[in-house]
Amino acid sequence: MQVNEYKPLIVAFCCNWCSYAGADLAGNNRADYPAEVKIIRVPCSCRVNPTFVLKAFQRGADGVIICGCHPGDCHYTSGNYYTRRRMAMLFSMLDYLGIERERTRLEWVSAAEGAKFAATMRDFVQKVAALGENKRLEDLRCKK
Amino acid sequence: MQKITEKHLAEKAKDLLSQGKVSAVLGWRRGEFDYDVTPALFTDADEIENGLVYNCFCGANLSKYLVSKIRAVEGRMLVFLKPCDTYSINQLFTEHRVDREKVYIVGIPCNGMADITKIRNAVGEGITGVSGDECLRVETLYSDEPAELCLADVMSERCVNCKSKKHVAYDELLGDEGEVLDSHRFDEVERIERMSPDERFAFWQRELSRCIRCNACRDACPACTCEVCVFNNPASGVESKAPVNEFEEKMFHIIRAFHVAGRCTDCGECSRVCPQNIPLHLLNRKLIKDMNECYGEYQAGEAVGGVSPLTDYTAEDGEPGDLIRRRDTDA
Ligand code: SF4
Ligand code: SF4
Ligand code: FES
Repeated sequence: MQVNEYKPLIVAFCCNWCSYAGADLAGNNRADYPAEVKIIRVPCSCRVNPTFVLKAFQRGADGVIICGCHPGDCHYTSGNYYTRRRMAMLFSMLDYLGIERERTRLEWVSAAEGAKFAATMRDFVQKVAALGENKRLEDLRCKK
Repeated sequence: MQKITEKHLAEKAKDLLSQGKVSAVLGWRRGEFDYDVTPALFTDADEIENGLVYNCFCGANLSKYLVSKIRAVEGRMLVFLKPCDTYSINQLFTEHRVDREKVYIVGIPCNGMADITKIRNAVGEGITGVSGDECLRVETLYSDEPAELCLADVMSERCVNCKSKKHVAYDELLGDEGEVLDSHRFDEVERIERMSPDERFAFWQRELSRCIRCNACRDACPACTCEVCVFNNPASGVESKAPVNEFEEKMFHIIRAFHVAGRCTDCGECSRVCPQNIPLHLLNRKLIKDMNECYGEYQAGEAVGGVSPLTDYTAEDGEPGDLIRRRDTDA
């Protein structure tokens, strides 16, 4: 009998205009996705400063995912294009430092894609769970 | 080819001062020892005659000093710049940190700078004097005979992998112009990329755990010119203090490298000034290499007005995952 099944903590930054609405739709449709996903709403995916990602890991996240409007659909026209470059560089840098690459992800989820939102989260949680706890970017002082 | 020495620099500086073309001169002066040369501001001919030096310890990139020094000066300031330093000044012009009209750039040739740590490793402690250029004579307390060293054997890492001997900004040049080099500057980055994630983690752990947060890397960097810095803000969680744990070490270094991403001129000052010999340039070069591969070749400072890849985009850019996967299939 398994008592304490490990559940990773996931922080999902979702842009207000597409992905957050997509998450809402997932909820309304009763699409299942793990409760370990904590959503933080941001005005645009581009609002996510690289330090947000680092701080999420510091405070105990095991995985960080950023969701925004599909390329071409950003409410502010081009925010997600900047996000894409910035996060490509950040994720690659983390990989270069030896941080497991499966702990970070960028996905495009529209307001109509409730099912995609739920499926993405299920998949991400599963991948991060397979890695186990985040040890390489944790700050023990932030642990209870 | 005419060999340029500090005499030529001094002549040029005195000339321009006496003609009134410039009102101050930014150069280098010897410190307590031959090898601790520091940046210095000169305003009269006597000081220049007695103080100005140019030798293989003039590694300090003077571009950065302009940002604060130029305000104190009425009129134009003469600055001596080695080829790699001119990339930095272009970047400062691009970012409007220094007014082009207020500087008079004299480009000077560079044969590579010496690394005092390498000299110490070769001859030991107690160095009292170093002279020569291609061939260095090193005097120490413990030996009557000076040791002879080839500059090539004690050259600082960044000069071994020098990206360019060509000046990209100047008002006039002393000596002959060099060219952009293919110096394999990304070889070391590639070596780290080929390691397994565990090895990479261990490698950086070994390096970054030595950091004492002196902030010298930030202070010397010509791309880091904010006057109020996040690292001085106690509310930021990354203020200046010795890192208490591994997270803080990485946090600082990721922020520092990322902050200059697309603006780093690959001058190597960060690694040169680090008292702990942490190879910080390997973080910056990684970013330069990634950006080159993903968004086309770009070197900050090559020209005034360049657009950094991180403040630009195309609709066809790859997804973050593609970049990492492509490297895996290459390896
Ligand atoms: S990050 Fe280092 S190599 Fe890049 S501009 Fe700053 S000091 Fe020079
Ligand atoms: S110069 Fe070296 S020791 Fe000082 S803060 Fe930078 S990396 Fe750390
Ligand atoms: S508003 Fe959704 S990514 Fe910009």
